[in-house]
Amino acid sequence: MEKKIRVLVAKPGLDGHDRGAKIVARALRDAGMEVIYTGLHQTAEQIVNTAIQEDVDVIGLSLLSGAHMTLFLDVASMLREKQIDDVLIVGGGIIPEEDIPRLKKAGIAEVFGPGTPVETIVTFVKQNVKR
Amino acid sequence: MHTKENTKPMKHQSKSETQIDQKAVTENPEHRSFHKNLSNLDIKTVYTPDDIKDLAYDVDLGPPGGFPFVRGVHPTMYRGRLWTMRQFAGFGSAEETNKRYHYLLNHGETGLSVAFDYPTLYGYDSDHPLARGEFGKCGVAISSLVDMELLFHNIPLDKITTSMTINGPAAIIWAMYIANAENQGISKNKLGGTIQNDILKEYIAQKSYIFPPEPSMRLIIDTFEYGCKHVPKWNTISISGYHIREAGSTAVQELAFTLADGLEYVKAAVKRGLDIDAFAPRLSFFFNAHNDFFEEIAKYRAARRIWANEMRRLGAKNPRSLWMRFHTQTAGCSLTAQQPEINIVRVTMQGLAAVLGGTQSLHTNSMDEALALPSEKAVRIALRTQQIIAEETGVTNTVDPLGGSYYVEWLTDTMEEETYKYFERIEQLGGVIPAIEKSFFQREIADSAYRYQKEIEERKRVIVGVNRYKLEDDLGIPLLQMDEKGEERQIHRLQKLRKDRDNSAVHRHLTDLRKAAEGTENLMPHLLSCVHSYATLGETCGVLREVFGEYKESAIF
Repeated sequence: MEKKIRVLVAKPGLDGHDRGAKIVARALRDAGMEVIYTGLHQTAEQIVNTAIQEDVDVIGLSLLSGAHMTLFLDVASMLREKQIDDVLIVGGGIIPEEDIPRLKKAGIAEVFGPGTPVETIVTFVKQNVKR
Repeated sequence: MHTKENTKPMKHQSKSETQIDQKAVTENPEHRSFHKNLSNLDIKTVYTPDDIKDLAYDVDLGPPGGFPFVRGVHPTMYRGRLWTMRQFAGFGSAEETNKRYHYLLNHGETGLSVAFDYPTLYGYDSDHPLARGEFGKCGVAISSLVDMELLFHNIPLDKITTSMTINGPAAIIWAMYIANAENQGISKNKLGGTIQNDILKEYIAQKSYIFPPEPSMRLIIDTFEYGCKHVPKWNTISISGYHIREAGSTAVQELAFTLADGLEYVKAAVKRGLDIDAFAPRLSFFFNAHNDFFEEIAKYRAARRIWANEMRRLGAKNPRSLWMRFHTQTAGCSLTAQQPEINIVRVTMQGLAAVLGGTQSLHTNSMDEALALPSEKAVRIALRTQQIIAEETGVTNTVDPLGGSYYVEWLTDTMEEETYKYFERIEQLGGVIPAIEKSFFQREIADSAYRYQKEIEERKRVIVGVNRYKLEDDLGIPLLQMDEKGEERQIHRLQKLRKDRDNSAVHRHLTDLRKAAEGTENLMPHLLSCVHSYATLGETCGVLREVFGEYKESAIF
């Protein structure tokens, strides 16, 4: 049997908006993936540690507070420091267009804004998962 | 008007659902197969007197300003006084936000509403490690009385009312507001405004909680008690459905969970020994205005009836205790990042629903809020939208213009019935707090949010610009740019404050606060002493964190 894709859906920082993260988590699960949800108020370090412990293939970061340029980049650089390069990182939330190039350069493979169909996210994950 | 007497003769003149002319349906087949409102209730083709045949005007509606207040809490409503136009605003540093407040007031806003940033909402100072990346992003950073002074610089606190969206550390922030006024020689009993102070919906939906339920409820009842005695014109709580709805609930769930929370606070205050008629007139509410126009109007009307009946049942005698007064904000979650200008139209209709539903104050969202905090231009248009509703449309000429509509009255009744079903389920779980601990509300909301998303993806529901009428090259709009130096300035100010103030006084007041928190006395006088001595938010809240502990939720999806 084919191994299921393991995804960590994570909420970094103090942001409490969890509607999107929960919807995406359910949609990925309904699409046959194994989903772990961190819950709220995670530091970048906690997210990276959970990702390692759970041996996930994908990290989905959700943030609507505007702190993505700090917290998404923290997660990406912490993974780099630990020389983890086979985990797909994606992000979503209230992310202005102009921030996306820098996020992508830092290793966030795709950024999903408001109104994105969950199907788009499911497809992207399936097509881009690295292992 | 539909009294029991006059529905009778009309009955035979109407066609109920089953009597719809099938020829008409064949000639013009319905172009949608899906006619559910946002609470997932099936809506019929037409409503008739049959649908409201049990409605008795005097008992179920009453005159405006009369029990059970379905038609409004005031006899003349907007003819006497318009709703307060209160735009939720805050970003960056206190100075930047103060400028925005003056801008809004200069353009005709009639009340202030403070949005705080995440560190402030969690009771952390701007230089706390967990504040990293969050300074001023979702609201203004307030770490001490110094920031509060700057925030309200040149704003007459005895003349304007201020609403503050703050929950976990509400008592501390309120103390700062009071201390700032006192320092200006304005007496507490002249201050008007609202603190959100609704922790139950934080556990349920908004999630900016700090302490566990028991000490949180104690702090809230402390503010009720202190407010009745010393700040009589202040609304010491704004029991909020807004965030429940934003988190994905239906309109019925928003209504039911909010009112259940409200009744929980009343019971807790009565248990403390407070006189219901002393504190209940200062309870206020806060609802969402989402896309389904009539559903929203029915929701506000049902809310007033349920609240009046329940408060009377709990022994309230003062008519003001029976009034449900509420603020409304148009639905942030309904805004689209695609074609942002069309959000102006959504907001107009949502704002109109709030007004037709009898709101006491209103925030209209800005078109750019699915992308960023609002720019000056966007917020001005949002304010102008309210001014057009108020000044041009004529809807303010008469009270509750939809009263008596077969559909609206049927929907009002139905939402009330559905609410009582939820009350029963919550009761069976042991009450609101046990239901929170069992993730009941959280699961209900997540289920509704997921169902709604699927309906959009299956195109059962159309969102203009998102799943229909899309643009290939979506046009951007200019967004708010914040002062990049704001954070640096704030941290410098905070560090200077910690050095310059009388630190022995700070220490003494924080020690007294700790002792009081370990006991049972009202904490408000202690919090006032702390903030007056320029103890910071983080220091003051830190003491309470040590005594009360922190709440952790179980993560479900």
